[in-house]
Amino acid sequence: MGTSRAKKIRRLMGLSVRYLKLLALLPLGFALGGCDFVVLTPAGDVAAQQRDLVVIATVLMLLIVVPVMVATALIAWRYRQSNTTARYTPDWDHSTQLELLIWAAPLLIIICLGAVTWMGTHLLDPYRTLGRIAADRPTNPDLKPLEVDVVALDWKWLFIYPEYGVASVNELAAPVNRPLDFKITASSVMNSFYIPALAGQIYAMPGMQTRLHAVINAPGNYRGFSANYSGAGFSHMHFTFQALADGDFDQWIAKAKSAGASRLGRQEYLALERPSENEPVRFYTPVDEELFPAILNMCVETGKMCTSEMMAIDAKGGMGLAGIGNTLPLTYDKLAARGAVFGLEPSYVAGGVCLPGDQVGRMSDASTIVPAPVDGTPLRGYGLARPGSARKSSTSFLFGRSSKSDS
Amino acid sequence: MVDTHDLTRLIFGRLTLESLPLHEPIIVGTFAVVALGGIALLGAVTYFRLWAYLWREWFTSVDHKRIGIMYMVLGIVMLLRGFADALMMRMQQAMAFNGSEGFLPAHHYDQVFTAHGVIMIFFVAMPLVTGLMNFVVPLQIGARDVSFPFLNNFSFWMTVGGAVLVMASLFIGEFARTGWLAYPPLSNLAYSPDVGVDYYIWGLQVAGVGTTLSGINLICTIVKMRAPGMTMMRMPVFTWTSLCTNVLIVASFPVLTAVLALLSLDRYVGTNFFTNDFGGDPMMYVNLIWIWGHPEVYILVLPAFGIFSEVTSTFSGKRLFGYTSMVYATVVITILSYLVWLHHFFTMGSGASVNSFFGITTMIISIPTGAKMFNWLFTMYRGRIRFELPMMWTVAFMLTFVIGGMTGVLLAVPPADFVLHNSLFLVAHFHNVIIGGVLFGLFAGIGYWFPKAFGFKLDVFWGKLSFWFWVVGFYLAFMPLYVLGLMGVTRRLRVFDDPSLQIWFVIAGIGALLIACGIACFLIQIAVSVLRREKLADVTGDPWDARTLEWATSSPPPAYNFAFTPVVHDNDAWWDMKRRGYARPLAGFKAIHMPSNTGTGVILAGLATAMAFGLIWYIWWLAGVSFIALLAVAIRHTFNYHQSFNIPADEVVRTERARTELLAGAKS
Repeated sequence: MGTSRAKKIRRLMGLSVRYLKLLALLPLGFALGGCDFVVLTPAGDVAAQQRDLVVIATVLMLLIVVPVMVATALIAWRYRQSNTTARYTPDWDHSTQLELLIWAAPLLIIICLGAVTWMGTHLLDPYRTLGRIAADRPTNPDLKPLEVDVVALDWKWLFIYPEYGVASVNELAAPVNRPLDFKITASSVMNSFYIPALAGQIYAMPGMQTRLHAVINAPGNYRGFSANYSGAGFSHMHFTFQALADGDFDQWIAKAKSAGASRLGRQEYLALERPSENEPVRFYTPVDEELFPAILNMCVETGKMCTSEMMAIDAKGGMGLAGIGNTLPLTYDKLAARGAVFGLEPSYVAGGVCLPGDQVGRMSDASTIVPAPVDGTPLRGYGLARPGSARKSSTSFLFGRSSKSDS
Repeated sequence: MVDTHDLTRLIFGRLTLESLPLHEPIIVGTFAVVALGGIALLGAVTYFRLWAYLWREWFTSVDHKRIGIMYMVLGIVMLLRGFADALMMRMQQAMAFNGSEGFLPAHHYDQVFTAHGVIMIFFVAMPLVTGLMNFVVPLQIGARDVSFPFLNNFSFWMTVGGAVLVMASLFIGEFARTGWLAYPPLSNLAYSPDVGVDYYIWGLQVAGVGTTLSGINLICTIVKMRAPGMTMMRMPVFTWTSLCTNVLIVASFPVLTAVLALLSLDRYVGTNFFTNDFGGDPMMYVNLIWIWGHPEVYILVLPAFGIFSEVTSTFSGKRLFGYTSMVYATVVITILSYLVWLHHFFTMGSGASVNSFFGITTMIISIPTGAKMFNWLFTMYRGRIRFELPMMWTVAFMLTFVIGGMTGVLLAVPPADFVLHNSLFLVAHFHNVIIGGVLFGLFAGIGYWFPKAFGFKLDVFWGKLSFWFWVVGFYLAFMPLYVLGLMGVTRRLRVFDDPSLQIWFVIAGIGALLIACGIACFLIQIAVSVLRREKLADVTGDPWDARTLEWATSSPPPAYNFAFTPVVHDNDAWWDMKRRGYARPLAGFKAIHMPSNTGTGVILAGLATAMAFGLIWYIWWLAGVSFIALLAVAIRHTFNYHQSFNIPADEVVRTERARTELLAGAKS
């Protein structure tokens, strides 16, 4: 009875193996049919060099991995128990030569790989300006890199072109073969700015600026997205990267200028940065020149001290006791007003003018510029409506959200 | 006048009827199944009058063997939950194409992948590894128990407490939607104001206390309680890897505790360690959590390496090749595992020199790991390899792990990491090493030591079925993810717009289903083995003709493990004893001093869990009362003067005589 069951199962497994084989052929077809292995066939010189390193490292390691796998299979087969002709030495447990070999062989490979890594990491440091735009083409020192300021918002991308006074949402364009200089930050949480066809990724983090130097060598539309999970709308946080020939890029700028519905200043930015998903492509012109520095220093809201200013004050010894009182109650925040359950009233560091060229006495007309808070009640962690859900603050029969003034 | 709102809030904190996810049919269905299963289980335990037995013999037991087995049961139960999450993710990703949103909304899906990671690492891999160490190490070093038996029981129940909290989040409230390491600012109150991250914090804090204490306990045991003659360089390799793992636990878990404490201060009292404002630094969290997180990987894999060493040498019928270099390789890995954490965030903008430093230290770890691989290979070389189940898992490991190791070194090259970081290639890599290394090792270990724990072997037919489903399922589930990573597909995505990717996710989904069959076969294997235990029985205590001390005693071992503490002359102590014609002593037994069982561990852990629940839901009275009770019970326990007893000599005589008869019966 046992054997018949075993037979049945073997027959079933045989069947499933046959299907699995068919399935295994499917991906092969797709691979040959031109699946887009963008990491292995990028269109930008930086990504291409990174791809080369992937290939070199893999080949170097295969030098040892393949022999090990083959040896494992051979030894496991040859010294199986039923093979009594194979030599059996139950007490053999040491050989200095072999020990030297098994430590030296991986060591040699790691020395090679380490050298490649050291050079590659420095050459391909995203902060480093480009020395070449393709394998045989050094950069033209007269051609200024195109600066693009990138801001990761909940859950969309903002690209500012300071050279042209244009900004776009969820669409990035760049001329081919011109070095690109990205300055990257984020408004609220961590994201990662990644266009696989162009160059490796770099994180976009609030209050911090990361850099990426890259160049795109072939015109086309490429995929760009956030590569670090950032909350509910993360899956839709992608954009098109258009690599355009020079003339086409000028046209794109002109189009952006004509389509640009409004200027992008602090107020417009604060409206834009509220969480939203699947934002359509849209353009702004002109763009407030001090906007990006203000985003980076987390002082777009009126009356908030910029972190650059804060650090400058601290570097000179700080404001002393006076600094403690230099806060104002927080009336606006990304999702809602907030505050920890045992914390002080949520507040922020008040600041005056923090950036050169900013003549507006922002403290004075704060009431006109600050947008109304989403909900002015401090949350203290109690029952926030889920992002994206239309459910208003709870008025359940047990209890809803009580305001601070109640207690 | 007292407002009813204030009153209910005083009693229930922020727990409301709305906290119960009654509007999510999947969770309600799950709850129904779990509740019915739970009621059936509790009913059965009550019907068969097992409560007193369970409480007396298991829950309150301080016997390292029983605690080890309870850890294993916990790990296997949580594996089912963690794997259910994995299946849901695979289904969602295979479905959500061409405008379809799949079946999981973001709110649910984001919890699922967070819970999957947390459960698989903290409540599956950790309990299984700790369980095996708990069971095996004292036996391997010829000890009668661990150094601090009560602490051992308490550690186990704290781990259970953490698991209970994570499970509770499924039905009461919600779990974190942050990814398994809960990076701020996303995990700050500003962006995760709900209870999810609090469940995460307190679940890990409660379990972390258990893990740290268990680490201290096992270090003391290994350092102080070895049998006479067992010098450090005569310790079995599994004991060595356990020692290194527990050193890693003791040195790294406090960092996790500290970083989670800082995060909870941010969330509860409004400090700004990791917030965006007031000079808070989210990157500090990322650094700290990986200073724990990277050693954690080695905490899991080192004991697996130890298992493979024992299994290879036993089933090849041969001394382990290069014992000394194996030990040094383990120690080098232990030290180096602290010097590599930054490779988890090359892409956060560290300078090129910093990145190269951490990249190269990471690669250096592959040298001792490679040496280990060769040592196993040369142990098999000129051996007589018996392909029992543990050996099959070992060969599967050797073939699978080198692929994972290779992709790992690849990811350690910073420029390569820039294009592969956070991609499905990375996901494939770490599943490749954790399944191919840790899990295969655990299955090898379970198959290897099961007869020691229960006195009968595991059924081979279902074991082989489980093995093949797992191995084939693993390759089908994760090789497509490598491919997708090279196509630039990133992790944690819920919906896709490129239809050409779908086929790969479908294949990965089929792989996950095969693994599901593998898990089912594993459970059937245990059930079948229990039913056929008479046939599979082993009375010799040494079914595999093995080499280390745990096989010198009976299966299952008596409460006192060894009637006489063995004397060790060789690192394969039992092999050496067998060869020198060791005769089991049959007379001269004395009373044996053993620790007494106590329920204090269960009570303390229960109170800690209640306190955590109160803190999560802002039920301050519950947290306060539990905390005071916790202190009171702990202090009360220090006045417990009945912590040990003597097993009388005639009971030892009876036990040993029974074994003599069994052995004689086996021979005739």
